[in-house]
Amino acid sequence: MRFSIYRYDPEQDAKPHMQVYDLDIDPAGNMLLDALLMIKDTLDSTLTLRRSCREGVCGSDGMNINGSNGLACITPLADLKQPVEVRPLPGLPVIRDLVVDMTPLNQQYRSVEPWLNNADPAPEIERLQSPEQRAQMDGLVECIQCGCCSSACPSFWWNPDKFVGPAGLLAAYRFIADSRDQTSDRRLDNLQDPYRLFRCHGIMNCVTVCPKGLNPTAAIGKMKTLLVKRGA
Amino acid sequence: MVGGALSTWLVQRVSALLLAAYSLFFPLWVALHWPLDFAVWRGLFVPLPMRIATLLFVVALALHAWVGMRDIFMDYVHPLGLRLTLHIVALLWLAACVVWATAILWRLS
Amino acid sequence: MGDGDFVAFIMMPVKRKFDAVIVGGGGAGLRAALQLSGSGLQVAVVSKVFPTRSHTVSAQGGITAALGNVTPDNWHWHMYDTVKGSDYLGDQDAIEFMCRHAAEAVIELEHMGLPFSRLDNGRIYQRPFGGQSMNYGGAQATRTCAAADRTGHALLHTLHQQNLKARTHFFDEYFALDLLRDADGYVLGVTALCIETGAPLVIEARATLLATGGAGRIFRYSTNAHINTGDGLGMVLRAGLALQDMEFWQFHPTGLPGSGSLITEGVRGEGGYLVNNRGERFMERYAPHAKDLAGRDVVARAVALEIHAGRGCGPHGDTIHLKLDHLGAALIKDKLPGIRELALRFAGVDPIDEPIPIVPTAHYMMGGIPTNLHGQVVMPARFGPEEPVPGLYAVGECACVSVHGANRLGGNSLLDLVVFGRAAGNHIIETLRENPFARLLPESAAEGALTRLERWNKTGAGENVADLRLTLQTLMQRHCGVFRTEVLMREGIAALDILQTRLEGVRLADHSQVFNTARIEALELENLFVVARATLVSALARTESRGAHARDDYPERDDDHWLKHTLYTSENDQIDTKPVRLKPLTVEPFLPKERTY
Repeated sequence: MRFSIYRYDPEQDAKPHMQVYDLDIDPAGNMLLDALLMIKDTLDSTLTLRRSCREGVCGSDGMNINGSNGLACITPLADLKQPVEVRPLPGLPVIRDLVVDMTPLNQQYRSVEPWLNNADPAPEIERLQSPEQRAQMDGLVECIQCGCCSSACPSFWWNPDKFVGPAGLLAAYRFIADSRDQTSDRRLDNLQDPYRLFRCHGIMNCVTVCPKGLNPTAAIGKMKTLLVKRGA
Repeated sequence: MVGGALSTWLVQRVSALLLAAYSLFFPLWVALHWPLDFAVWRGLFVPLPMRIATLLFVVALALHAWVGMRDIFMDYVHPLGLRLTLHIVALLWLAACVVWATAILWRLS
Repeated sequence: MGDGDFVAFIMMPVKRKFDAVIVGGGGAGLRAALQLSGSGLQVAVVSKVFPTRSHTVSAQGGITAALGNVTPDNWHWHMYDTVKGSDYLGDQDAIEFMCRHAAEAVIELEHMGLPFSRLDNGRIYQRPFGGQSMNYGGAQATRTCAAADRTGHALLHTLHQQNLKARTHFFDEYFALDLLRDADGYVLGVTALCIETGAPLVIEARATLLATGGAGRIFRYSTNAHINTGDGLGMVLRAGLALQDMEFWQFHPTGLPGSGSLITEGVRGEGGYLVNNRGERFMERYAPHAKDLAGRDVVARAVALEIHAGRGCGPHGDTIHLKLDHLGAALIKDKLPGIRELALRFAGVDPIDEPIPIVPTAHYMMGGIPTNLHGQVVMPARFGPEEPVPGLYAVGECACVSVHGANRLGGNSLLDLVVFGRAAGNHIIETLRENPFARLLPESAAEGALTRLERWNKTGAGENVADLRLTLQTLMQRHCGVFRTEVLMREGIAALDILQTRLEGVRLADHSQVFNTARIEALELENLFVVARATLVSALARTESRGAHARDDYPERDDDHWLKHTLYTSENDQIDTKPVRLKPLTVEPFLPKERTY
C-alpha cells in the first residue's frame, strides 16, 4: 500500500514535506496504526507519532487521515483510499511529524473546571443517583480527549485561546448533567462571554469526526438552552 | 442584560424565524397576484399589514446579518482597531439599509 | 571559562526540587499524587505519556469492593477469595489491608465524581466476577463495581481531574531514566528526559514513588498497551535492588487473537460463557462449581488445553468462542458497549449475533518491586528480609505488595491501585513531616543515567530496536508462556544471552533531539530485556506449579518448599527467597489447602 505522510523535524527541515512510503501490508484486518508502526519498525525509524493503547481508548493517536480527523488505531486500512494521506491534527502547532502540541486543548479543558463540586458533607455511602440520572451522562463521560473534534473545528482554529472548543464544552456539560454536581450556575457563568461557548456555529465537524461517536454539538445546544431558561 | 453573547445568539435565532416565515409567505402572496407587472408588484405593498410585515422582515434581516457579520469579524479579524472599524462600517451600512427600505415602503402610498 | 568548563556547563542537566516525585501517571500514581497534593506538599508526576493515555484507561470490568449492593457481602469473604485466588502466595496482612479498605476507597472515588453505573435504588452497580464467593467458598458473589465496561477509563479520568483541581505539578511526556541515590542508599529523586526537547532533567525529591505499571510487552501477544515496558522495574534492577515473584504472569483467558485487545471477564460475569468447536461448554469439566467464573489461571489453562486437544474454533482451530448473544441486545448495549465496539472493530463480529473468538493473552504481572503495605520498597538487608529502602516507594502493577500472589482476581487490580496509592501517599506525608530536611544530592548521582543515554548517540551501522524487540517478545512467548518446562526455559535463557550481546550492537538512525521516539523505544527495550530475564530466571527457579506459573515437569503445588516469594537481582542472576506473610493484621490466617473452583 502507498502512504503519503507529513514529515517535519524542526532540527533538520526548514519546512514540512510529504514523504511517500510503499509498504507490503495486507489491508484486511489491519488498522492504520499497524501500518504506521510497520513503517517505523521496518522502513524508517525516524517517523514520529504518539501511540499507547492501540484499541481506541487512550486517545494518543489522533491524526488527519485522508482529510478527516480520526484515531489511527481504529481506522481500518481496507477503508482507506490510496495513497493514504496522513497529516498531524490541524490547527495545532506541530512538534514533529504527526506529533502536535496539545497545550491549547489541555488549557481549555482545565478552564471548564472539569471536576465534581459538591459542598455537602460526604455521606458514608455513595451519593445516590438513579439509572435515569446516570443516563444523562451517557455520551459525555466516554470522551478520551484525543482532540479530533476541537482540531476539526474552524472556530477553534481561529480562537484557540478564547473558544473552549467541542472537547472542553463536552466536559463542561458532563458536570452540568451530573446530578451530583452543585455548581451548574457557576459553570454556565463561566461560558457566558461572546467567545467561550458562543463561537460554536453548529457546523458539527466535531460530531462527524468523533471516533467515539459522541455529539459535542448536542451538548453545546443543551447548554445554550439552559442559559436561555436561566435568563428567562 | 444577562450576557451580550446570549442575547445576540437569541436575536439570531428569533430573526431567523421571522425570515423563514416571511420567506414562506411572500412567494404565496406573489402567486396569488400572478401574473406580475410593475403596477401589480407596487400594489402588493400597499396594504398596511403587508408594509409592516415587510419592514419587520427587513429589520430582522439587518439584525441577522449584523450577528453574522459580527461573528465573522470575531472569528477571522483579530487586530482590534480593524475589527472595530469593520463593526462600525457594517453597523452603519445595515442601519442605512433599514432606513432606505422604510423610505421606499412608505413613499408608495 | 575554558572550553572544558563550557562542555561541563551544557552537559549539566537542569535541576528541579519537589517534596515528592511520582513516576507514572496511571491510577496508582495519580491516587498517590492526589493524597500528597491534598496535604499541601509539592508533588511532581513524571509520565512518559499524557496521564490519561496510561494503561489504567484500558481496564474494563470494574473494581472489587464488598459493598453488598446486590448480594450480601463483607470484606472477610473478599479476603478469603483473594487469598485463595493467589494460590496462598499472597501476603495476608496486605490482603486484609486491601479488602478492609476496599469499600471506603471505592466510595471515595464515587465522591470524586467517578460515573459508576447504577442500580435501581441509586447505589453503585456491581457484577459477578471470577473467583468471587459468599461464605468463604459458597455461592457466587457479586462484588465488582462497574462503570459500564469502561471502569478504568472512568477511574483514570476522574483521578486526573481531581489532580488538576489539586494543582499537582505534571511533567507530561518526560521519560524517567534512573533513580538518584547517595552512598548510603537513600533514594533522592530521578533523572528524566524531556521527550519534546531531548533535554535531561534532574528531579530531586525527599520521597520517590514508582508507579510505572506493568511490562506485558515482553510477550508477543499481550493485552497491554505499547507503553507497558517495565520502566520502573528496570530502574530498580539497575539500582542493584531485587524484584519479587517475577515468574507470575497472568494470561487472561479472553484476549482477541492478533490485536490482543482485552475482552473483560465482565462478559462472563454478565452471563457469557466459553464453548469449543463442538459447542460444548467445557468449563463445566474443569471447574464444575464456578464454571466460567473460576480463577483466571484456571480458565486460561482450560482454554489452552482445549485448543491444544484440537477442539479449537475458527478456520485454524486456534481460538475458543466466547458466547454472549443469548444475553440480548439491550444488556450488551447497556452494560458491555465497549466490548461490542472492540469485537466489531478488531474481530469483525457483532457479539449480539455471533460469538467472539478469544485466546489466552499475557495480561498482568503479579510480581514486581517488593513493598510493604505502606508502599515502602523493602529489601533483604542486615536485620531481615524486609527493610525499607529509604526514600523509595512503589505502588500499582509495578509493585508486589503482594496482594495477588500467584494469580490475581479480576477487579482487584484497580482496587490495588487506589488502596495502596492512598496508603503510600499517607506514609510519605508522615515520613516527610518527621524528616523535613533533604539530604545532599551527590554531584555524580545522575552520571549513570546520562552515560546510558549517551550510549544511544552512537552512530553507524547496527541492528535496529524493532527487530530485537520482536525477537525478544517471540522468545518469551515461546519459552515462558502458559505452560513451562525446565528444558524450554533453559533454551530461553540461552537464547536471551545471545540476544543480550546483540543489544550492544543496536544503533539508532534517529539522532534528533526533538520528540525522538526511536530513542525512547531503545530505552524501553533495555527495560524489557531486564524484565524478561528476571521472569525467565525466576520461573526456572520455582520448581512447582502455583497459580499462573504452570510447569509440565512440576505439575503440583509444593507448599513444603515453595510457599515463599522469590527475589531476583541482576547481579549474577541471583535468586533469593523470603517467607510469605501468612499472618493477617487482625483475623485468623487462611491456611493453604487444595484450590478448586
